[in-house]
Amino acid sequence: MKVLVCISNVPDTTTKVTFTENNTKFNTQGVQFIINPYDELALTKALELTEKSGGTVTAINVGLADAEPSIRKALAIGAHDAVRINAEPVDAFFVAAEIANYAKNENFDLILAGRESIDYNGGLVAGLLAEMLNMPSVNVITAIEVNGDTVSLERDIDGGREKLECKLPLVVSAQKELTEPRIPNMRGIMAARTKPLKVVEANTAQANSQTLSFELPAAKGACKMISVEEAGKLIELLHSEAKVI
Amino acid sequence: MNILVFAENQEGNFKKSVFEAISFASQISEGKVMVASIGKVDEAKLAELGKYGANKVYHYQQEYLNQFNGELYSKVIAHAAKSCNADVIVISNTYSGKMVAPRVAAQLNAGIASGVISLPDTQAGFKVRRSVFSGKAFADVAINTSVKVLAITPNSFTINEIDNTCSVEAADAGLNATDAKTKSIEIARASGKIPLTEAELVVSAGRGMKGPENWNLVEELADILGAATACSKPVSDMHWRPHSEHVGQTGITIKPNLYIAIGISGAIQHLAGVSSSKVIVAINKDPEAPFFKAADYGIIGDAFEILPKITEAAKAFKSQQA
Repeated sequence: MKVLVCISNVPDTTTKVTFTENNTKFNTQGVQFIINPYDELALTKALELTEKSGGTVTAINVGLADAEPSIRKALAIGAHDAVRINAEPVDAFFVAAEIANYAKNENFDLILAGRESIDYNGGLVAGLLAEMLNMPSVNVITAIEVNGDTVSLERDIDGGREKLECKLPLVVSAQKELTEPRIPNMRGIMAARTKPLKVVEANTAQANSQTLSFELPAAKGACKMISVEEAGKLIELLHSEAKVI
Repeated sequence: MNILVFAENQEGNFKKSVFEAISFASQISEGKVMVASIGKVDEAKLAELGKYGANKVYHYQQEYLNQFNGELYSKVIAHAAKSCNADVIVISNTYSGKMVAPRVAAQLNAGIASGVISLPDTQAGFKVRRSVFSGKAFADVAINTSVKVLAITPNSFTINEIDNTCSVEAADAGLNATDAKTKSIEIARASGKIPLTEAELVVSAGRGMKGPENWNLVEELADILGAATACSKPVSDMHWRPHSEHVGQTGITIKPNLYIAIGISGAIQHLAGVSSSKVIVAINKDPEAPFFKAADYGIIGDAFEILPKITEAAKAFKSQQA
């Protein structure tokens, strides 16, 4: 089975988000970048599947050279090889089009991505990519099993779970419960240094949206404190003052 | 502007998010608001969409569409969009909405923005505000294509009822069940429970509850208020509660009207997922807990002492209202 995993390079979850250049750019100063946590789950699941039934896992990223530590980490976790499409990832459409362009001649059986990146939260790449490659897609999956060319899946739906079945090839996006992330061991880290990381120049994909500026949410006013003895008063305040119950 | 709204139904019923989406569309349309309803829905329920601003409902009620399917539904929505020359396609960003929205956009070669929390600004171009960094910030995004797809965040727009009626027209996208490669095998929904993603009131708890055996206190308060239950990351990591209840940057991002956080310190990753809540209550024994900086109401003390008092007051309040 030939598997492709889409990797996004995102600020660590503990990052205090600030902006520069008149609120038009994310401030990367002092920010640690990581593999998007959902992509890491997708990668781990891809490895589990290929360890069981054979195959290779390729990690792909659309990004500039500064994304390479995250790509190397994907190799350390266990991806067999990696591809970086050398371009600024402007929007989801651009990223999906670039990945589709690379994948169209590679005959991947299964393509995994995270359910969304934790920076732009679009959740769009998997669906766009599937449509561009004329493949079926299932999002927010919490379980996947592959038997021959039959795939059994579970995905989150509003208020519950759905079980699905599909034939390969298929595009999926990973939800949290899919698996536990794998921590790279020393052997993996050593091996990652010599694993192939191919850099491909971007094709001619066009972004069709652009982020113009950012804004931080307004700071909250003072927190109204209630004593433990009068804790029950909360309900009255929520009703008559906050008007939410 | 011609607007098409995808009205997702669950077993023949429309959810609040659909009325929000139609109200949203009605506010930006200078032309017409069209609605695509897919699968079996009673005629009366379709006609009712008029009062939120729908002018015409395309009802795709072929047998093979009764069950949600991302591949088929996205094709049907694209078909409807073409039939009515839609400039903007509005889809509520539910789990199923997230499945179809990007596929619709790719089929129509449309620019797409998801997680939209504002009406579009069309003074110069077409600009929408979306929530980014899991709620830590907002971004204003311009869409440059002539056709646009907007996946709007549930519970972000008010429902407006207006004096309006709509027509219902049967429609057929000419597909077959075999056009879908994915097949639904089983759907399981927890009955009687309010899904967290749709809840207006949420009672959430963290490690301060000391163990899963104490969650009856949390659930009791939630039941009385008619709230959904949620939890922090450590709690779901330790399997005290299911992953589906984990709110925060790597869990679910929610924006209910009320979020009560019990025994959750308020790490930056957790706050990211809940900071858009309208009103936040923090209950924590640590006066330095970061949650108090993000909360509207705070109680410093032991959850096991505080919760019964609040539950008691909630009971009294509810019986008074009844």
